Amino acid sequence: MDPVLDIRGLTVAFGRGATAVPALFGVDLTVQRGEIVALVGESGSGKSLTGFAVTGLLPSGAQVTGGAVRLSGTDLRGLSPAAMRQARGRRVAMVFQDPMMTLNPVLRVETQMGDALRAHQDISRRAARPRLVQALADVGIADPAARLRAWPHELSGGMRQRVAIATALLHGPDVVIADEPTTALDVTIQGQIIALAQGLCRDRGTALVWITHDLAVVAGIADRVAVMYAGRIVEDGPVDAVLDAPAHPYTRALIDSVPASHAKGTRLPTIPGRMPGLSDMPPGCPFAPRCAHAAPACTQAPPPVVQTADGRAVRCLTPLVPVAERGAA
Amino acid sequence: MVEFILRRVLQAILVLFVMTVLVFFGVHVIGNPIDLFVSSECTKACVDAIMANLGLDRPVWEQYLIFLGNLMAGDLGNSFTFGVPAMSLIWERFPATLELATAALVIALVLGLPLSIHAGLYPDSPVSRAIMALSMLGFSVPIFWIGIILILTFSVRLGWFPAIGRGETVDVLGVPVSFLTLDGLHHLALPAITLSLIMLSTVIRLTRAGLREVLTSDYIRFARANGVRETRVIGWHAMKNILIPIVTVLGMEFGSVIAFAVVTESIFSWPGVGKMLIDAISVLDRPLILAYLIFVVTMFVVLNLIVDILYSVLDPRVGRSAR
Repeated sequence: MDPVLDIRGLTVAFGRGATAVPALFGVDLTVQRGEIVALVGESGSGKSLTGFAVTGLLPSGAQVTGGAVRLSGTDLRGLSPAAMRQARGRRVAMVFQDPMMTLNPVLRVETQMGDALRAHQDISRRAARPRLVQALADVGIADPAARLRAWPHELSGGMRQRVAIATALLHGPDVVIADEPTTALDVTIQGQIIALAQGLCRDRGTALVWITHDLAVVAGIADRVAVMYAGRIVEDGPVDAVLDAPAHPYTRALIDSVPASHAKGTRLPTIPGRMPGLSDMPPGCPFAPRCAHAAPACTQAPPPVVQTADGRAVRCLTPLVPVAERGAA
Repeated sequence: MVEFILRRVLQAILVLFVMTVLVFFGVHVIGNPIDLFVSSECTKACVDAIMANLGLDRPVWEQYLIFLGNLMAGDLGNSFTFGVPAMSLIWERFPATLELATAALVIALVLGLPLSIHAGLYPDSPVSRAIMALSMLGFSVPIFWIGIILILTFSVRLGWFPAIGRGETVDVLGVPVSFLTLDGLHHLALPAITLSLIMLSTVIRLTRAGLREVLTSDYIRFARANGVRETRVIGWHAMKNILIPIVTVLGMEFGSVIAFAVVTESIFSWPGVGKMLIDAISVLDRPLILAYLIFVVTMFVVLNLIVDILYSVLDPRVGRSAR
């Protein structure tokens, strides 16, 4: 079966021409129908940018410079702005990080959800109402009819995020991109929202790309995990395999720096240095300067993608797990 | 809400008190109005009689107390020059000014909103740069100069518009208005354009800046991510957020335009209150000056209230509990 989302060699740059600064360096990511994929990385690794590139909502100044983004077989890059708008909300939807900022402060919940519904359906405001009430009930909002008339500031953060999820799922999109939707929430609410999103997507066969920097979340929600570093996906594989035996030194270091995974009383390992900025990207592997396993060759050229013996993709010359025989894949 | 209005009224009374003291004694220091308007044939006895008649023979503090007493009774006094109640003169002239200011406001909004939305959406386009440069000119070039240039160009050189005066008026609910007649519109055009320039520039700069900021917000991105049409996203989701600062600033700006339409009205000989104020000042017609300024202060207080009420309508986060 065709993957629902297929990103191939996606490159994005800020600015144009000679002064353009690349931000994504050939991102490959495939999401199957109904699959939940976690996209993990530090701030600035390009994970949100990848999400925005898929929905055609890149910040001003940034543009896609190469590669392809296929949504259920259609190349989004070839679409006109009008066709792209048609795809947004209906085939791909997004949920954002800060629920306090996601809803328009001066419009009622009903207006915002109604506009999202009417964007793709010729339906009167009155006729839309029961649909919206049902959508709110589906995301576990008590007294949905009253909440529909509420202003955003009258709702709690968790409730707003539920409204955002309900809105994103209105048209039953093929894939939902959730950009750190629980980062700004209390821990107890985080769990509820994660369970909710997971449950809804499983029930409806909606694929979910969950962008996060929190490995604890990854373990709880995802089927697969893709680790991003400095505008590249450095490791991509099933969540258990990646978390148990990371292939890329960066993934290893990331897991090790989670406090909970560490024995009490010993010093918490940290990754020395910081991620290179967009304008001072080294010629070789961007992680090489911070990497404990770096070989001289690592600083020469960006490492190619290699397959590990258990079928993961890793962008490293010195992976931590056995690689597949050359040509065997 | 009641407490809020009450506080506003008390503030206004305080402002009125300070203003009347300043103006009353200020005008007194400048000179004696009698010297300006009695004829040269008037003898000392004749002048004294007029002074006594107007109450100007008393000490100035006593005159002020009398003025305050009359004010409490709602009497702002008679104009020295016209001999009729000052307020009646203002009410007679005010519709012309209000019409001019409203026309200017309409021009500012009708032209300003589309221009600024274009400038906000396409900040780098040459048209946008031109719009922004023009708005800068609108702020910086003095009104009297623009008025005169407009007269020179469109009245003297091209002869398209009359240079001075108010055109034919018709009565609507007993108030004479000129914008309903072709001749009236013809006369209204140049002064209204002149008066609108600062408001127009304000609208353009505010809306553009607001739009640029709002467009990067998550809620606009979320609306777009849901496939909401651009016209709806810009025209409603974004605009409703931008309207709040625009209403605030324009509310105050509108007050200033009414209060200080003096320059424009003088240039175009528009028979409004601004023109009347200038005439009153030149003959030191103290009751008329005071009445006018009291009128202006009251108008600002009322406009402030209207803006605050609009605020709570536009922004659900404001003043809910108070209602």
